[in-house]
Amino acid sequence: MAVPIAYYLVLSAILFSIGVGAFLIKRNIITVFMSIELMLNAVNLTFVAFAHQWHQVGGQIFVFFVMVVAAAEAAVGLAIIIAVFRTRNTLNVDAVDLLKL
Amino acid sequence: MYLILFFIFGGLCVAGALNLLFQRHPINSALSLIVVMSSLAVLYLLLGAEFLAAAQVIVYSGAIMVLFTFVIMLLNAGKEDRTHGSRAAYIVGIPGVLVLVSLLSFIFLSQKSHLANARLGDYLVTTSDLSEVLFRDLLLPFEVTSVLILVAILGAVALARREN
Repeated sequence: MAVPIAYYLVLSAILFSIGVGAFLIKRNIITVFMSIELMLNAVNLTFVAFAHQWHQVGGQIFVFFVMVVAAAEAAVGLAIIIAVFRTRNTLNVDAVDLLKL
Repeated sequence: MYLILFFIFGGLCVAGALNLLFQRHPINSALSLIVVMSSLAVLYLLLGAEFLAAAQVIVYSGAIMVLFTFVIMLLNAGKEDRTHGSRAAYIVGIPGVLVLVSLLSFIFLSQKSHLANARLGDYLVTTSDLSEVLFRDLLLPFEVTSVLILVAILGAVALARREN
């Protein structure tokens, strides 16, 4: 029994859309950051599925670099979250609105 | 067998992602994100990406999520406040997301005949295949990312340090 690559792409589209929805709806800055990670993972699944489709290693190399950059981004992002919490004493994104007009 | 495995772990992925969306406590969201990432590792294995499956477990559901849970515990994050920042996020966001997922699913499923099928053991990228490309053709980008990680470590320490 074989699974069409299209199923993998649909699964990744669903995961990406849930990530977008969580990014828009969630009010906790850490959860918002987690939904960004979910979107990155969804795109990674697409890369691996297409690497399988065209029998190319390049897609997997791309996923490897995305993982490396995501790790660096998570470290810096969480440090920024800690800094924001120190100065404002809240994790609510609505309370961090100094740049808003 | 392959189809059953795909549906089990794909279903786990979607369930974990929805749980992330509906849980109000950040630690519950973090744990459901670990479920999503571990199930994705299994899907990578089904697609013949053995190195990436291991890296997914170690880097994502290991390192990154431990960092997240540490920060949640460090900041003692409680339940989410029910503030409604912008109505536009609800009014435009949710229908927009639904349109996005149905449009993408429609396109992928209508192009199904042009896309191949995945069978177990069909196309296996071993670690040596991957490292051959990574350390020969892409050596310079690889080294640049190590510099990037070094800069990120310095930035994280500088940002999170207590000012005095």
